[in-house]
Amino acid sequence: MAKNSAKDIEVKAFATHQVITQPNPLRKVLRRVEEKDLDDPVGRAEQALARLSGEFKDWMVIEVQRLSAAWTAVQKDGFTKKLRDELFHAAHDIKGDAATFGFPSAAGVAESLCRVIEHAPDLEKVPAELFTHHINAILAIVHENTRLDRISVSAELSRRLRKVADDYLAHVNRDRPEHLEVILAPSIAPAE
Amino acid sequence: MFRIDFNKLRFLVCDDNPHMRRILRTLLHSFGAREVYEAEDGATALEMYSHYVPDIVITDWAMPIFDGLELAQMIRQPESKGNPYAPIIMLTGHSEKRRVTVARDAGVTEFLAKPISAKGLYQRILNVVANPRPFIKTKTYFGPDRRRNTNSAYMGPERRVGEKHEVLQQPSLLDKARSTI
Repeated sequence: MAKNSAKDIEVKAFATHQVITQPNPLRKVLRRVEEKDLDDPVGRAEQALARLSGEFKDWMVIEVQRLSAAWTAVQKDGFTKKLRDELFHAAHDIKGDAATFGFPSAAGVAESLCRVIEHAPDLEKVPAELFTHHINAILAIVHENTRLDRISVSAELSRRLRKVADDYLAHVNRDRPEHLEVILAPSIAPAE
Repeated sequence: MFRIDFNKLRFLVCDDNPHMRRILRTLLHSFGAREVYEAEDGATALEMYSHYVPDIVITDWAMPIFDGLELAQMIRQPESKGNPYAPIIMLTGHSEKRRVTVARDAGVTEFLAKPISAKGLYQRILNVVANPRPFIKTKTYFGPDRRRNTNSAYMGPERRVGEKHEVLQQPSLLDKARSTI
């Protein structure tokens, strides 16, 4: 269904580019309905996600174990490209998944860790404590998150670690304007 | 009012993280989709893309073998035998401006930053189904029109040559500042 035949594709040529238009190949899946007949696919999906949420804690523990193992390997063999990538991907997955799994503070700490790995000019020179504090914070947040009184502590921990990491990155990148610009730039991607 | 018949849509989901694939599958099935194919790396995704001819691709950025960005670039080959026009939704933990721009320039149709939400995913799908953009082919780019807003009054330096307004060279702000010193 996704592809129109070549005869349906219209090409307008200009000096530096072509504009290619075609009938919407997905138009057949759009149906006009009365408002009373509209269902709620988003609500249905949110309910399905809520039913799945019983597994989130276990999934999060697996993600954290992966991060922990990646860091142990780095401590043993140093920041080889493979180990650096594995540590980054483990942190990056937690950054993306943790909020969905109910651990938004862990996502914040993981994002901070990703920034350190991505923007530190020499990972071997980064104080090991900066890594261990981030990883231990994620471990603690995941293991303690079920206790309500810990949630504000988690958020504060995440905020402070981000501040320490950002200060460090701003300092070590003071002569690297292209990195400094990225470090200081706000996130612009729409989340909704 | 419009409704999407998800049961007529074929999806290809590409993410190396099995938990995220499970979440995506759950969301898409809840929307009503029946055909959801899954790949855990870019190479498998490209193979499945050719084999199953999905209507919509949802891909992560960071993946083994080749990543979501390379996958998008391989799909957007205007001379390929496959379908170079399929909508590509990039779902990623990367959310820096630089990354969004790079994804756009690789031919990605929509960008959705994690954490994923049912509403965010639905809106991106609705957008690619109901509001497809024309494709642009230049020497260095093939993909959906990167300009989402039509502004006929725009006379800036990046207007394409040959359309209603030709390129208008304007001094940069830096040059202007220098000239006033």
